[in-house]
Order: sequence, then C-alpha cells, then structure tokens
Amino acid sequence: MEEGKVFSQSVQQSAAAYAIIHEKFGSAVSAFDANETMPFFEVLDARLWRDIALFMRDHAKLKFNYMACLTGMDYQAEEKLGIVCNLESLSLFNHRLAVKVKCERDGGFIPSVACVWHTANWHEREAYDMFGILFTGHPDFRRILCPDDWEGFPLRKDYKVQESYHGIKVPY
Amino acid sequence: MGLLDAGIKNHNVLVTSVDNVLNWARLSSLWPMGFGLACCAIEMMATNASNYDLERFGIFPRSSPRQSDLMIVAGTVTMKMAERVIRLYEQMPEPRYVLSMGSCSNCGGPYWEHGYHVLKGVDRIIPVDVYVPGCPPRPESLIGGLMKVQELIRMEQIGISRADALKKLAEKSVDPQFVIERERKAAEA
Amino acid sequence: MQELDTAGLGSIRVTRKDDHTVVIEKDLATEQMVLAMGPQHPSTHGVLKLECLTDGEVITQAEPFLGYLHRCFEKCCENVDYPAIVPYTDRLDYLSGMNSEFAYALAVEKLLDIEIPRRVEFIRVIVAELNRIASHLVAIGTYGIDLGAFTPFLFCFRDREIILGLLEWVSGARMLYNYIWIGGLAYDIPSDFLKRVGEFIAYFRPKTVELCNLLTKNEIFVKRTIGIGIMPAEVAINYGWSGPMLRGSGVKWDLRRNDPYSVYPELDFNVPVPDGKLSIVGDCLSRHLVRALEMEESLKIIEQCISKMPATEGFNPRSAIPKRIRPKAGEVYARAENPRGELGFYILSDGKSTKPLRCKARSSCFVNLSAMKDLSKGQLLPDLVAIIGSIDIVLGEVDR
Repeated sequence: MEEGKVFSQSVQQSAAAYAIIHEKFGSAVSAFDANETMPFFEVLDARLWRDIALFMRDHAKLKFNYMACLTGMDYQAEEKLGIVCNLESLSLFNHRLAVKVKCERDGGFIPSVACVWHTANWHEREAYDMFGILFTGHPDFRRILCPDDWEGFPLRKDYKVQESYHGIKVPY
Repeated sequence: MGLLDAGIKNHNVLVTSVDNVLNWARLSSLWPMGFGLACCAIEMMATNASNYDLERFGIFPRSSPRQSDLMIVAGTVTMKMAERVIRLYEQMPEPRYVLSMGSCSNCGGPYWEHGYHVLKGVDRIIPVDVYVPGCPPRPESLIGGLMKVQELIRMEQIGISRADALKKLAEKSVDPQFVIERERKAAEA
Repeated sequence: MQELDTAGLGSIRVTRKDDHTVVIEKDLATEQMVLAMGPQHPSTHGVLKLECLTDGEVITQAEPFLGYLHRCFEKCCENVDYPAIVPYTDRLDYLSGMNSEFAYALAVEKLLDIEIPRRVEFIRVIVAELNRIASHLVAIGTYGIDLGAFTPFLFCFRDREIILGLLEWVSGARMLYNYIWIGGLAYDIPSDFLKRVGEFIAYFRPKTVELCNLLTKNEIFVKRTIGIGIMPAEVAINYGWSGPMLRGSGVKWDLRRNDPYSVYPELDFNVPVPDGKLSIVGDCLSRHLVRALEMEESLKIIEQCISKMPATEGFNPRSAIPKRIRPKAGEVYARAENPRGELGFYILSDGKSTKPLRCKARSSCFVNLSAMKDLSKGQLLPDLVAIIGSIDIVLGEVDR
C-alpha cells in the first residue's frame, strides 16, 4: 500500500484480508494493489490458484463464499491471457477482493475453480469460448455461447471473423 | 371493408368469387407462431395482451409451427439460431407468411457491424413478406405490419404468384412524405 | 399416493409427503430418454434449449444449452465509445432497461470519479424502481401462463402499460430507453411527471395485493410450485445466486442495502424474505412471493423519492456529463440490484482511448440459470416448467 495515502474503509478491509493470504502463500501472490475502484492482487504462480481459492473460501477469517464475477482477459501487450475474479464474503464479512491469474497465450492453462465455487463453472466455459483460455480439471469443458464448430475466439484482440458459417454469410 | 360490412339482406345469399371468400377467411384468422427471440418478443407479447388485444384481428399465437400461418421473427437471429429458424419455417404448412419484426431481424440492427454472431437480416435465410422497422417496433407498428400481411392475403388469387401479389401491394403503397406534406398544408390552411 | 398405469409391467408409486416433497418408487425396468426442450418452446422464456435425460416422468439430468441469442455485447463495447454503450446495455436485460443503464452508469462514474447532482440521483432511482415493478409484472404474469393461469398475465400487462407510458413520457421509448447517461440523464422529467407517478402509486397499491392473491391463493398454482426446486441457502450462495432467487432461499441480501449505491442509504424499505409460513424456504413459490412482495417495497421507495426530490430552478440534467469521457487507466467492478439480481460491469480502461479495453457484463440470469442442473434433478418433467419460470430468465442477459 502506498505511504501517506488514506484509503476508504472497504479498501483497508480488503488489505487486511490480503495480509492473511500473503502470510500463507508468500511469494506466490503479488503485492496488494490498493485502489478505490477495484483493489486486487495477482496470483503469480498460476498452478497454486486452486489452493489459494480453497484457502480463501474456507479460512475462518476470510470466508470468500461468493464469486461475483469471473472475467476473461486478453493482455495483448504482455502476450498473455488471464482471468479476473471478483470475490466477496456474502453476509459474513465486509471485505471484497479481486484476484488476477494470467497464463501464456499459447498452450498456457489455469486450474479450474469450478469445484470451489459452482459459479465459476459457466464463467470459465465462457472465458474459454471467448478467449480460448484452457482450464484444467473443469467438469464440463466445452463452448457455451458460440456453436461448437465456431472458428476462433471472438474476444481476442487479433480475432478475424469467419466469412461464412454453414453456408450463411457472416459479415454484413 | 370486409364482406360482412357490405350488408347481407336477401335471405343470406351472397354472391362473390371463391378467392374473396377464401382470402377473407384466411386473413381473419391469421395465426402467428408464438416464437419470441429477443426484445421484440416482449412487444409482441404486449401486443397480444390486454391493451392492444390482437385477438380482435383474429390473431392468436399458436405454440406449434404446424398450426400457424404466419411467422413473426421477433428479435435478433443469431448464427446458432439460424438453422432452427429455417427448420421452423419449413415445418409451417403452405401458404405461409413471414413478418420480420424489428431492426435486428431486418438487417442486423445495432449489431450489424461488430456482432460476429448475429445474422444480418433474416431474409438471408428465409423469404420475408413484410418488414416492420423499429427497435423495438411499437405495438401499433406491429399491428400495422400485420394489417399489411392481411392486405397481401386479400390481393391473392388463384393463378397469381406471391411475387405478383407483393408487386400489386407495392403499387398501392402510399408515399409517407406526400401524406406528411398534405397534412401540413391542411393544418396551415 | 398415486399409482401410475404401467400396463402390468411393474408398478410406479408417486407419493407426495406432508412436507410436499415427492417420492417416486418403482419396481420396473425403464429406459432413459433424451428429450430436447426448446429453443422454440412457449415456456422457455426465449430461446433456451434444455436437454433433459428422463427416466419416465422423472428428470435425471437437465442440461441448458445457451447462445441462441448471443449478440456479442462485449465485442460491441470494445468498438464504441463509453456513452454509446448505454443503448447496448438496454438490450441486455430488455425487461428492465433502466436498471441496466443505471448499473453501467455507476460503473463508469466510479471510474471517472465524478459527483452526480442529487436531483439526478432521485430521478434515476424513481425510473429504476418503476422499471423494476414493470419487470416483476412480466415475471409474475408469464409465470402464471407457464402454469396454466392466463388471467394474471392480462392483469399484469394492463398495469405494465401504465408504467411503460410513464417511462415513455420521460425518455421517448417504451422499452429500450437510453435515458440514464454517464454523469446525468438524457432529459429532465416532464413537469407533471411526479404527480402522475403519485397517481399511479395510489392506483397500483391495492392492485399489488390483488395480483399477489390471484396466484398465491390459487390452489392449483400453489400445488404446482410449493416444494418444487428447493435450493438451500448455502448452495445458492456457492452458485452465486443473487436478487429474488437468493432471497427466496432465505438470505437477506440486497445490494441496495448491503452494498448501497446512489441514494438508497437514505431510503427506508424492507427486504422481503420468505418466512416459511406460506411456502417452504427456497422453493419456487418462495421466489415468486419475494417478487410479489418486492413491488410494494418499490412503491415505498418511489414515494419517498418524490417527497425528498429537491426542486431545482433551471435544472440541467446534463450538467455533470463530462465533455469527453476518457477515464484514467484503471479497472472497476461496479454492480447494481437488478430485478433479477446482481448486474455487474467490469470495465478496464487504458487511459488513452475513449473506448473501454474490456467491458464484461456479469449477468444475473446467466449465473442463476447455471444451477438448473441441480434444481431439476429428480423432479418431475412438468415441474421443469415451474422451475424455469421461477428463475425468471431473460435470454438477452443470459447470452449477452
């Protein structure tokens, strides 16, 4: 946290929650990015993401039982794909945290947390559908919004739309 | 307008052409398929409900394509849905009509440029008889479109094709600009 | 207990216990059958497809297939300016356009860090709550149709038209408004608007009771919804449920209360949760009851807003709108309580462009629907319609 700057109470609560995670996982998680709009930290070792998720859900002082959102991301400048998870503790504590996990653009993967939060199941399928992020250990891994035989991953920055689909012209 | 309005006096004997009777019967019980896709479907429902009461036109939605004469494509057709729309259209018995409701099914609407998964106009896959513009069209404009379908049916005769009937309908069309000008002049005078 | 006719092949007994749970016993070899329901089906509320694996009348698995209305919202967002996204947000949850716009405006305003005039906030809350009532009316009306009651549908749409008329007067459109802009509103409210809203409240208040009684005192409706699709609170939270769905499971969680935004902290309203007297907590009837009771709370909120609304001479609703919307680099996740639950927007800005780098809509229906598999397991096939109806999905928001 930056010195000399006073953050609102909710950011301080998030920082306290982060401190517990940092204590347990050490260098596997990045420093806490305190900002008013969305305080977050990054999981540097993607392989540990499921353990961190389980820890966050089950630790008596964290209890992040509610995953609000899981967003797939395309970090084009870094040549990486990633996810952003917005977590909170519904009706138990007041802290909210966002977690970022990144993986290589080609052949990289992220462990699935569908077994930790059921919400993640469909969100991860969507992230795969839109960005082609691979999730290992997902119970039901296939496309969700686009048809199964759709070409490419639409929300990647370098996506080119296909000319035709089943004989129907796609562009205007 | 209709046959009944002409007045039936002489012992209920009515002399007319077969076409007229058939067309009258068909246009007065135009059954659309209850088939909503997106936002326009809600306006279609609102048109069916209490305030606009489509049933006074003899229009009542059927759940099965096999019982319906008219397909109201109410909403965005996507690539995934396109094949289902074709299949539904093929299941409908002849003679069948298609009304494309709303900008999305007319031409792709707000999604025409960046909507990779949106079909840019339902007329790319099935023939459309009447287009209703709007996003979404008001119930009044949907009723207007349905009345156009009725007019189209009224034009039909044994021996002339749908294309000819549509052409005849187009000849009867009124230039809205002309009407606006006329009304404006009348208001000024 | 009910004995089903099996033509002498064995026996199937369906027993409805006192706590309304259904027990099915059989000593008969059956084959599983795959039954596809949708995308064109009168009670899927749009273009949802469900592939049910059924064992006789009992569903062993119901798997939803989405994407039949995938309209590339997120791709469109990356290609247009911030203010131009507002009309697209309308088309997400087209039954409650105002609420979706509200959530999006909140997200961008949080990123821009700007102050909103108080009068704008009150107008926003009024139109959003009006829209919430309109949305719940559709939910209740169509739920009635799904279960064979046609009259509530007509009653609901009759009253909904009045709200649409009011909102049309304000914004110029019946359903997709483009009214709540980033930092302000498109127009100020018309001069007599608040009076007419007051008249509507006086008219509608007795009607909420009437509408509620039409279904909840209907023996057929109650029999078909009570004890069906029970979701325990803990699982509901794990599934990420929100809105009336979560409250139906007995969790008192409302973003207007628990993560307050706009002027909601100043307003006094209840968060209705089922008490288990009329229904079993977590079943379809509870979810329906929560929606029916919420309309009354929305009326309360609107009434308070009317009385607290600051009258400003020469008020310009566009005064706080920035000339050029280009947020500084950063990301935000902001949400609002929609009629269907939590609608959140995750927006990533690079600080240079007037277009967001990424804009994701966290849709409440998408998340609520993901529990379909668990909800329908072991239920009877006709009850599937009751379960889908109680989730109250809007496919525009599910598929985006």
